[in-house]
Amino acid sequence: MITTQPRQIASAYDVVIVGAGPAGLAAALGAREQGAESVLIVDREREAGGILLQCIHSGFGLQYFKEEVTGPEYAERSLEAAIEHDVDILTDAFVMDLTEDRRLVLMSPEHGVVIVRAGAVVLAMGARERTRGAIQIPGTRPAGVLTAGLAQKMVNLHGYLPGRRAVILGSGDIGLIMARRLTLEGVEVAGVFEIMPYANGLGRNIVQCLQDYDIPLHLSTTVIDIHGHDRVERVTVAPVDEELTPDASRAWDIPCDTLLLSVGLIPENELSRTLGVRMDPLTNGPMVTSAMETSVPGVFAAGNVVHINDLADWVSEEALIAGRSAARRVTGNPHPADNIRVIPGENVGAVVPQSVSSDRPHRISFRVNRPILEDAVIKLGDVRRRRVRALAPAEMATINIAPRLLESFHGDALRLDAFAAAEEG
Amino acid sequence: MRYDVAIIGGGVVGCAIARALSRYELEVILIEREREVGFGTSKANSGIIHAGAHAKPTELKGPLEWAGNQAWGPLHEELGFGFKRVGELIVAVEEEQLDTLEKLRQQGVDRGVPGLELWDGEQVRAEEPNVSEDIIAALWAPTAGVVNPYEATLLLAESAARNGVTITTDRTVTALSSDDEGTWRIDTEEGVAYHSRFVINAAGLHSDEVAALAGVGDFTIKPRKGEEYLLDKRLSGIVSRIIFPCPTPTTKGILVIPTVDGTIMVGPTAEDLDDKTDTSTSEAGAEQIFRSVQRLVPGISRKDVIAEFAGLRSISSTNDFIIGPTAARGFINAAGIQSPGLTASPAIAEQIVGFLDDEGLKLRERDDYEPTLPHPARFAQQPLDEQIRLAAADPRFAHLVCRCEHVTEAEVVEAIHRGAHTLDGVKFRARCGMGRCQGGFCTWRVIELLARELDLDVTEVTKCGGDSWIALEREDVADPTEVASVREEVPT
Amino acid sequence: MTTTHEGHEAETFVYLCTGCPLGCSLEVDATEEGILEIRGATCKIGERHAEQEHTDPRRPVSTTVRLDDPVHPRLPVRAAAPVPKGLVAPFVAHLRDVVVQPPVDRGEVLATDVLGTGIDVIATRSMAAAAREDTDARLATADR
Repeated sequence: MITTQPRQIASAYDVVIVGAGPAGLAAALGAREQGAESVLIVDREREAGGILLQCIHSGFGLQYFKEEVTGPEYAERSLEAAIEHDVDILTDAFVMDLTEDRRLVLMSPEHGVVIVRAGAVVLAMGARERTRGAIQIPGTRPAGVLTAGLAQKMVNLHGYLPGRRAVILGSGDIGLIMARRLTLEGVEVAGVFEIMPYANGLGRNIVQCLQDYDIPLHLSTTVIDIHGHDRVERVTVAPVDEELTPDASRAWDIPCDTLLLSVGLIPENELSRTLGVRMDPLTNGPMVTSAMETSVPGVFAAGNVVHINDLADWVSEEALIAGRSAARRVTGNPHPADNIRVIPGENVGAVVPQSVSSDRPHRISFRVNRPILEDAVIKLGDVRRRRVRALAPAEMATINIAPRLLESFHGDALRLDAFAAAEEG
Repeated sequence: MRYDVAIIGGGVVGCAIARALSRYELEVILIEREREVGFGTSKANSGIIHAGAHAKPTELKGPLEWAGNQAWGPLHEELGFGFKRVGELIVAVEEEQLDTLEKLRQQGVDRGVPGLELWDGEQVRAEEPNVSEDIIAALWAPTAGVVNPYEATLLLAESAARNGVTITTDRTVTALSSDDEGTWRIDTEEGVAYHSRFVINAAGLHSDEVAALAGVGDFTIKPRKGEEYLLDKRLSGIVSRIIFPCPTPTTKGILVIPTVDGTIMVGPTAEDLDDKTDTSTSEAGAEQIFRSVQRLVPGISRKDVIAEFAGLRSISSTNDFIIGPTAARGFINAAGIQSPGLTASPAIAEQIVGFLDDEGLKLRERDDYEPTLPHPARFAQQPLDEQIRLAAADPRFAHLVCRCEHVTEAEVVEAIHRGAHTLDGVKFRARCGMGRCQGGFCTWRVIELLARELDLDVTEVTKCGGDSWIALEREDVADPTEVASVREEVPT
Repeated sequence: MTTTHEGHEAETFVYLCTGCPLGCSLEVDATEEGILEIRGATCKIGERHAEQEHTDPRRPVSTTVRLDDPVHPRLPVRAAAPVPKGLVAPFVAHLRDVVVQPPVDRGEVLATDVLGTGIDVIATRSMAAAAREDTDARLATADR
């Protein structure tokens, strides 16, 4: 991949971006396009591109590049755009500290420990996977229990396999993709188990990653025990009731040497917390304005660090806004402050951004808590209603809002609801 | 060759004995069945250095607990493992528990434990604002501390090794026999035999079996399982002292522990078992711990858990330590070391040295004995100017390996060069993989560093030795054309 | 399951539509001669999907090939066009042991007409030249 490690690190940049995944790369592009003169991206991996480099499957880019591409292609195109815009990209580097006055302490084997000042900062650290500890699967602690993403890295980047017979817990997209990937590599996938009564991944992946290969998907079923001293030898699975409590009397054992976990992502907000930005407990990410600015002035955020997206395309688009806003700030041309809060209502898990302004159009992203299988209504206060065919927790939904819709609105908060049209009234 | 002393078992007790014996001009070997020392019960210990007031004076445990407590400070200075004397609060929530607190206080005072104080509920909450409103009183014991038990064990062994003790791992003792000249022959499953004048039985859970091999199997060991739950660092500081519930005759109860590394740990349970290999955690254990802990510190919940594990305490049929010579000449027990075994281990080691002396082993101090170890460099804990200096001197200090605990390549390489062979070995020495991402980020980096530094293939790197492999060569897995037949019939 | 269409015995096939989150269950009545009726689709995408899935199901294929580079042992690749569903596994298996020498450009064709499908395989990322120089062997080994 084309990488351009900067020969030296300047002591100050207009915009410093933390993370060179789709969010960071798009934020850099947005910042440069909007007039920031010097932009630095810092990433802790050896190469820019983030998790996309290991997502070798297709399904990316339809929205952002108007063309379906694989993860590495998406990453490289994003990187090329950033490089064409003279963005400095420092990889193998880590941001140790970030202060409210936007002083960053970086470490990198090439440059040592250096201090950099930023006119604006964009947080684009992405997300990490939930682990066994977080969901507390009982049992022993052998080798062979790993997150789907780590397995993906092992297989796609390093060329090793995590085992011979795997069980996958969680029907998130990474888990589904890995079920197919492992099968094609000769690893037997004994089944995918999902504690919820519906799949968490996209329908396309259920068909193309599981059904195509006769891999069973067990809904309302979870892993309740792990066995094996040195290496996983088998797992016990059991159906769960409506309260998600397993029924051990109906449990069964599955011999396997590997348990992959695809049980969700957590926004990676260590740095945000160190900095003390205000967090939204619903997204586990920073609260952001419509300019993607956090509660700390001059610090912006975009992508999975803010909320878990289902498509890289959404991340890039949101990060363009963050990058542009960062540039507007350093060029003395910021957007006016937001004047309307957006509040999650009926069947809406969280919204991003958490506020909007009435001077320009915005897109509000959200997820539903429960699937609405047909004829769904999205309602934003009394100013906008949109009917959609269906809404599922696995897919991020959006609703746009334009200034003209707010002409007769004089409140300070809009509630976002999602429900089945049939239930209305 | 014939060793002077062979120690069977490389837990904290065996390693403390090895290190104590390394002061003398002796040929000593420590024989451990796992891949690295401390991988049995010690790694899953709660890491409490008890204040000295808990154990009854009528038991062997009592005096050893207090003597051991006082040894940890100097050991920490010499070896550099994590240790903090944070103190403990034994709290009462009911009037009838006040008697127990007073009894414990008196017990400690009689033993010479300084600083013991009875606090009322107000004072407890003034010092620990996050504890429950229901707490009416507490016994404050400033002498208690927390230690990283796995790190302490590893460094005791390393110190012993640097002073001439042979540490051998992956060896399971299968037979013991002694000849007329008083030499013990120790056979192992791996086919290697060792000869030694003295044998110290520090085999933990298996010390009853080892004693039986020596013909003095007059006790049994039952495992008592303790589950522990490690919480996210965001709870760091919710308590600054160890919080104990008021003990019952059988257990010290479930604690809230501020670990050396700034995380909070809760546990342990106490479940008597028969299976000496059952280190599984359970839903019931988690429920019990959090129910109990929430009565002490209501702000703690299961949502905060980042990792859980279980360890097995060695409960002897006498319910006390079994320490001392046996009917088999030259065979000395250090068995049944349950709580407060970690606390007592340095004192147990000195007691074993005393027994060897009594039995006629000549103890001549070495001229070249070096009690201190180089202290591992903790990059993340250094001030900025020191970090800048370290990174300039060695770029590996500016290369991040573990994102949660901010461990650098230099620290991982040091851990490997100081004896880590496995992912767990690196984790216990350098903390990689202990944080909230549980190795999601660092596992592969550590595997690559282990492979590079130890000249191994990636597939030879294990989690904790034995059959705990992590990665397979693609070629070693079934031919994909045979198993990956995309079905051509249609789904129904 | 069989149904009768104007006197002809037809079989009913069921497909899950992947066009949108609705996930319609698509039923296709068909004989060997062809499709007689498509039910369950609530839009044109669904109908087209049912027809494609029934007559010529294809899948995007991506995998990795071996790269002769110490830092990047695998190179991600994809089929330049969707592959007939029944050939996905052999297609991937065929690519497993292909060895490519860096440098590689994104989009570069690494293997042509794999398994006689007429479908090429292209690199999905670029790779800089490795420290070594033996770059000639490239397509020779790839295109075996």
